[in-house]
Amino acid sequence: MSFLDYIIPVFYALAMVSVFMTLCAYSVLAERKVCSLIQRRVGPNRAKIPVVGHIPVIGKILTRLGIFHPAADGLKFLFKEEITPQHVRIGYYYLAPIIALAPALTTMVVLPFGRYIDVNGMVQPIALANIDVGILFILAVSSLGVYGIVLAGWASNSKYPFLGAIRSTAQMISYELAMGLSILPVFLWAASPGSDYGLSLFGVVQSQQGLWLIIWQPISALIFLVAIFAETNRLPFDMAESETDLVGGFHTEYGAFKFGLFFVAEYAHIIMGSALFVLLFLGGWHFLPGVADPWPDGLLGILCSISWFMLKIFLMIFFFIWMRWSMPRFRYDQVMHLGWKILLPLAVANFIFYIFLIAFIDNLNY
Amino acid sequence: MAKTKVLERKPLTFSEKTYIPQIASGLAATFVNMFKKPVTLEYPEVRPVIPENYRGIPTLVKDPKGRVKCVSCQLCEFVCPPKAIRIKPSEINEEEPDRAHIEKEPAAFDINMLRCIYCGLCQEVCPEEAIFLQDTFSLSGYTREEMVFGKDKLLKLGGTLPDNHYKWDKKKLAEENIENQH
Repeated sequence: MSFLDYIIPVFYALAMVSVFMTLCAYSVLAERKVCSLIQRRVGPNRAKIPVVGHIPVIGKILTRLGIFHPAADGLKFLFKEEITPQHVRIGYYYLAPIIALAPALTTMVVLPFGRYIDVNGMVQPIALANIDVGILFILAVSSLGVYGIVLAGWASNSKYPFLGAIRSTAQMISYELAMGLSILPVFLWAASPGSDYGLSLFGVVQSQQGLWLIIWQPISALIFLVAIFAETNRLPFDMAESETDLVGGFHTEYGAFKFGLFFVAEYAHIIMGSALFVLLFLGGWHFLPGVADPWPDGLLGILCSISWFMLKIFLMIFFFIWMRWSMPRFRYDQVMHLGWKILLPLAVANFIFYIFLIAFIDNLNY
Repeated sequence: MAKTKVLERKPLTFSEKTYIPQIASGLAATFVNMFKKPVTLEYPEVRPVIPENYRGIPTLVKDPKGRVKCVSCQLCEFVCPPKAIRIKPSEINEEEPDRAHIEKEPAAFDINMLRCIYCGLCQEVCPEEAIFLQDTFSLSGYTREEMVFGKDKLLKLGGTLPDNHYKWDKKKLAEENIENQH
């Protein structure tokens, strides 16, 4: 291994982190803008960067779209006074936002976001690490994000964050089960006997060349979608935050950049959730259900597949935001009811149904 | 006689129990909203249309010949519920022969805009139509003293009222007529 072989992966990783963080920042902007559109307001349109913002026509359009707002938001979080309440447990208090953000950023390592054709003519995924247990890795690591919330709630040493953290934990455990069970039929379907993909995300995407899995398995997709909403603590499942009854939930005692980290972590989870849903059910970078990919060969094809995948992710992020501003939030007991009494049995029934269906289809072939 | 009607509460159907049609209709509603015109104004640049009878800040007006209409009768001062108005009456300068000796005018007329509740009683009570509530609704200042508007400022904000009373001219004419008769 030459020196370059060590440098290039680091470069790739840095590039991916910066793209990912930019996406996070701009999904915050999208949230604000879509929210304002739904509520028939104008939304953020004031922040202006000196040189770019003053280009005659383009600068004005960009300013009106609020393009510079993420920068302003980030700087605001950076330069705000760093207040640490006296009653917190200092070490854990500082650790919590880091633990909240780290899993969200770690999961993107195994995320395939495009495809290329290698020298042997084989289709290969573009990912930082193409491991064959991708989904297991994502499920395992993304669930660690709840530790950040729990730690924040406990370290804040105050009742509302504590309640928020407790609720968040309960919700995470309840929906994790349904989520895991809803993914099993997907992998049963994708990894046919003798396939060498196993639990890799790339395999699932490749199996959707024909029809997308949302068409084959709508119930799995629905359960997974609901569970993703719950896992990302988004409305209507914002038990961790519940600003209506818990002030700000787990981040009540946090301000300045520490709050910013929690905020970014939330959006990082949303992007990861959207990406996962696109990979599992919406055919990843495949063009349209039943239509062969029109991507050309070479570099252009790679770029096409990546942008098509990104477009789907943006649509999913939009869906997340759209849902948030359309739905009232659930009460805590309703969340538990939905998780344990409805989604879990439904997921089990769905799993059993697909076991039989897939066994039946496999027997037909022999 | 009004008849009490007991509404029948039907049990939820299966599709209603799944919430999915309801969620879909909710999403549709918000989606349609997204393409409608915003109902808000971008405030400092765009101001709302103020109705004619709006009660904004109270100001003093002059008549079309540029004379202060207020005769410092102090009715507004007495009627003002939050006691925002302070008037100091004085004689009119001899240099204005058409008004001097007929009426008084305020030497000082202060309205504390921080106390004013924009009730409009001063406008209502004024026998001379000298004080009017304008359409300005947002005032700001750095000190409390700054927010006590004096006579000059109130007159400047009020401007001229285009009425046709010409009270002093009529009074002068009447006086002259009486003198001529004797």
